[in-house]
Amino acid sequence: MYDVKVYVTYKDSVLDPQGEAVKGAVHRLGVREIEEIRIGKYFEIKVRKTNRPIEIVIEEICDKLLANVNMETYRYEIREEV
Amino acid sequence: MKFAVIVFPGSNCDMDLLWAVKDILGEEAEYVRHDADSLVGFDGVLIPGGFSYGDYLRCGAIARFSKVIQEVIRFADEGKPVFGTCNGFQILTEVGLLPGALLRNDSLHFVCRTVRLNVANNQTKFTSEYQKNEIIQLPVAHGEGKYYCDEVTLKQLKANQQIVFTYADENPNGSLENIAGIINEKGNVLGMMPHPERAVESLLGSNDGLIFFKSIIKNYGKVRANG
Repeated sequence: MYDVKVYVTYKDSVLDPQGEAVKGAVHRLGVREIEEIRIGKYFEIKVRKTNRPIEIVIEEICDKLLANVNMETYRYEIREEV
Repeated sequence: MKFAVIVFPGSNCDMDLLWAVKDILGEEAEYVRHDADSLVGFDGVLIPGGFSYGDYLRCGAIARFSKVIQEVIRFADEGKPVFGTCNGFQILTEVGLLPGALLRNDSLHFVCRTVRLNVANNQTKFTSEYQKNEIIQLPVAHGEGKYYCDEVTLKQLKANQQIVFTYADENPNGSLENIAGIINEKGNVLGMMPHPERAVESLLGSNDGLIFFKSIIKNYGKVRANG
């Protein structure tokens, strides 16, 4: 079994209005050091081991469903359960 | 002309579309469920607004994997008219029948009001009864209606006259180049954020949407007569 974490965020070229709104609130809180906040999506996935390489499996679901590659990008971390 | 109005779990503008084409324009129309496996016998497909599958993940992302979508793709590939409004537009971009994507409104507000639109292209099967650059009024009601695409796609949209509707003065969502609606290259799949089906009776404040559906029906007649 694998434990996989997938993070989906807007591409850098896409404005993130939610992140901007939260950044505004953080500044009103008085924390001035914050330069940028971007909001994304986070998925925790358990994957059964098969013959298919785990990266292929994860990238397939990311490309086809979890992210819209027109506007979003993703990265992932894989941890193998021992 | 016989229209299929696709119904997903969470669709809420399906009745408006059926009302517009059936009760107001007197054409045939039926609801077709998300799990249907055939669109045989239909001449046009209408994909309604709403919140398909609760807008979970992204608007339209899960609807894309509905059984009926394979048939909608086949239908579109055959050159038959497919129209998506609001969530229907979002679904068509997720499916890949239209380029680009819809993002959260710049204001972060859900906008619900009547807007002025410019008919940027009246040389389509959906807009032929409008005048070129005619200003019309249609309602919008969405939280994620900001049209976005990359620069290459935008160039193609412009070169092929695929931008059909633009916001005339106020841009309610921050859309790229004020884009409110686009058509595919072949000219048979159109998506837009405004709701023409909610503007088919003067009692509703505008009947500018009637001409949209009349254009589809009229051009279908032409196709049949020529074919």
